[in-house]
Amino acid sequence: MSETPTDAAVTQGDTARVEKEAAAAERKAEPSGFGALLRGGAGHNLGLVLALALLALVGVLSGGERFGSVDNVMTILRLAAVIGVVSIGMTFVITGGGIDLSVGALVALSSVWCTTLSTQAMANDYHWIFIVTTALLVGAGAGLINGLLVAYGGVVPFIATLAMMASARGLAEIISARKTQIVSVPGFTDAFSRDIFGISLLIWIFVVVAVIGWILLNRTTFGRRTLAIGGNPEASRLAGINVRRHTVLLYVLVGLCCGIAAVMLISRTTVGSATHGQLYELDAIAAVVIGGTLLAGGRGTIVGTVFGVLIFATLSNVFVINNLSISAQAFTKGLIIIVAVLLQKRFSRQPGS
Amino acid sequence: MKLKSARLSRQTARRIGTGLVAGVAVLALSACISNTPEKSENAGGTSNAKAGSNDEAGDKVVIGFSAPAADHGWMGAISEQAKATGDSYEDIDLRLAEGTNDVNLQISQVETFINDKVDAIVLLPFDGAAMTPVALKAMQAGIPVINVDREFNDPNAARVTVLGDNYGMGVSAGEYVCEQAGGNEDAVVAEIAGIDSLPLTQDRSKGFKDALAECGLDVDNRVAADFTVEGGEKAAGNLLQAAPKIDFLWNHDDDQGVGVLAAIKNADRDEFTMVGGAGSANAMREIESGKGVLKATVIYPSTQAADGIKLARLLVQQKAMSDLVEVTVPRTIQLDAPVVTEENVDEFLPTAFES
Repeated sequence: MSETPTDAAVTQGDTARVEKEAAAAERKAEPSGFGALLRGGAGHNLGLVLALALLALVGVLSGGERFGSVDNVMTILRLAAVIGVVSIGMTFVITGGGIDLSVGALVALSSVWCTTLSTQAMANDYHWIFIVTTALLVGAGAGLINGLLVAYGGVVPFIATLAMMASARGLAEIISARKTQIVSVPGFTDAFSRDIFGISLLIWIFVVVAVIGWILLNRTTFGRRTLAIGGNPEASRLAGINVRRHTVLLYVLVGLCCGIAAVMLISRTTVGSATHGQLYELDAIAAVVIGGTLLAGGRGTIVGTVFGVLIFATLSNVFVINNLSISAQAFTKGLIIIVAVLLQKRFSRQPGS
Repeated sequence: MKLKSARLSRQTARRIGTGLVAGVAVLALSACISNTPEKSENAGGTSNAKAGSNDEAGDKVVIGFSAPAADHGWMGAISEQAKATGDSYEDIDLRLAEGTNDVNLQISQVETFINDKVDAIVLLPFDGAAMTPVALKAMQAGIPVINVDREFNDPNAARVTVLGDNYGMGVSAGEYVCEQAGGNEDAVVAEIAGIDSLPLTQDRSKGFKDALAECGLDVDNRVAADFTVEGGEKAAGNLLQAAPKIDFLWNHDDDQGVGVLAAIKNADRDEFTMVGGAGSANAMREIESGKGVLKATVIYPSTQAADGIKLARLLVQQKAMSDLVEVTVPRTIQLDAPVVTEENVDEFLPTAFES
């Protein structure tokens, strides 16, 4: 905003240089392309692949056909889809040096706002797409407030989004009067319960969001700027990147992802509710961090996040299939998070990453 | 001198520390021992069950069970009792899913049961409406669903529904108060509700109000808590401040009742009769002792899911409820909300839950 003469003096050349450096750093940290996947950051991904393979092995050994069947794989992917979309958005915010604790509450708020009687009436009169756009707008709008608070209000991301977490869930409860809002727009439920090539639309949405996220982070200026800002906001600012505007965009992006997740959750449950998305912030952060994105920012990986989400979804599934006691499941889950992060640290310390 | 006392206190601190560790270890150990499920008396499905009775071992039945997170004494008891019932039958293979308040996860648990082709699913949904689509899917796949406590919004989504009676709880509490008041229409009645915006709380309060109206009483002071000990303590503290003299107090939930009793003790009040709700074991022991203000509690059975498991077994083995003439299992079973007092507490204590 209030740019000092020094800032103004920064040339376009500097911007390009910083972005190039960030890109170089990124290439070093997480190389793109198949060949590069095996080197460097692949140490990371290799650990994740191993972990997932190990889980799948446990699943097959203990569950056999029950685990390996196509139906079961689809069940795992459908479970992963909703939280996966949120986690992709979270990857951007964390890579950019921030954090968003409000994602679960935003899913709840979006789901409630787009299923109010008036929204449904309009959707019935015009088109079901009205529900979808409402959800996306609410998510993005709440994200915008988060972003403005962090970037221009100077509020620490942890606190700004903590406040949003409380307020958004409270607002969702006020709007819905803590009742479950059932969607009775036939077009909407029909459209989203569809399969494409035998695969649930929810899974396709996750795939599309992940691919777009990967391109955005690895192949665009936007992605390079995100990495630069997360790595060193001050240097990025001096190099002429509009750090504040970019930060706002990151929070809008994660808000948008929450809107998409809300639509997916509504299609899965046919209801909008203020209780939707409980503890999603923790699930998403866990998936992102296990995936190898640096919590301090400056390094991010979409592929890692996707693996992180799949690992948790598979874990839940293996638990159910093996009929483990309820408390043992929660205990093991925590244990596995620690083991995964320790393993990941060991892998990332190896040369070449 | 100073030095000595410092060393002494450090020693004491260390000793206390060791004591604490040992204490915690003993506690942990005793927790392990005391929590081992007691041998159920009505152990069935065994060869020593009477031939021809419903408990006689039949074909193997695989049952999937899913419930919300056990973040409340009653909900914890729901899962415990379901598991104990499953274990007591040798012909039941019970699949337990992790208790969760995330409908996305609960849906996937039911999907896993469907993929597994279990024989029946017993489901206490976190949100009845949200779990309806996947319950319908199970029913369409030919797997009977037993819906417990929180109803689906489509009757086709469940083969059997087991429900508690929230309105009936209020009525039972109100009738007990009327009986104790003995025609005194000036008695001061107070009420500590659970989470006020929940339909179940509204049902309970309505039942209480309706029953009180029958004998010319009404609720003079009403506050709402949130089903937790802490919330109960706070709400009761406020209520006792607001009402200097109370004759009867109904508290909706025995979990929050622990906090309510603490507040009553702190305020040093004992002029009234208190009635509890849900029916926890510690509340019943308090009633049994007959010393405190808590004289009665109204049951909201924590055995609903256990009943669901039993019904699932009967359903799959094509048996019926043997005390009815009907040859199949009924569609809906609504449980009673009886009042527990000093006289009949022995009868209810064994199936009560520890909060």
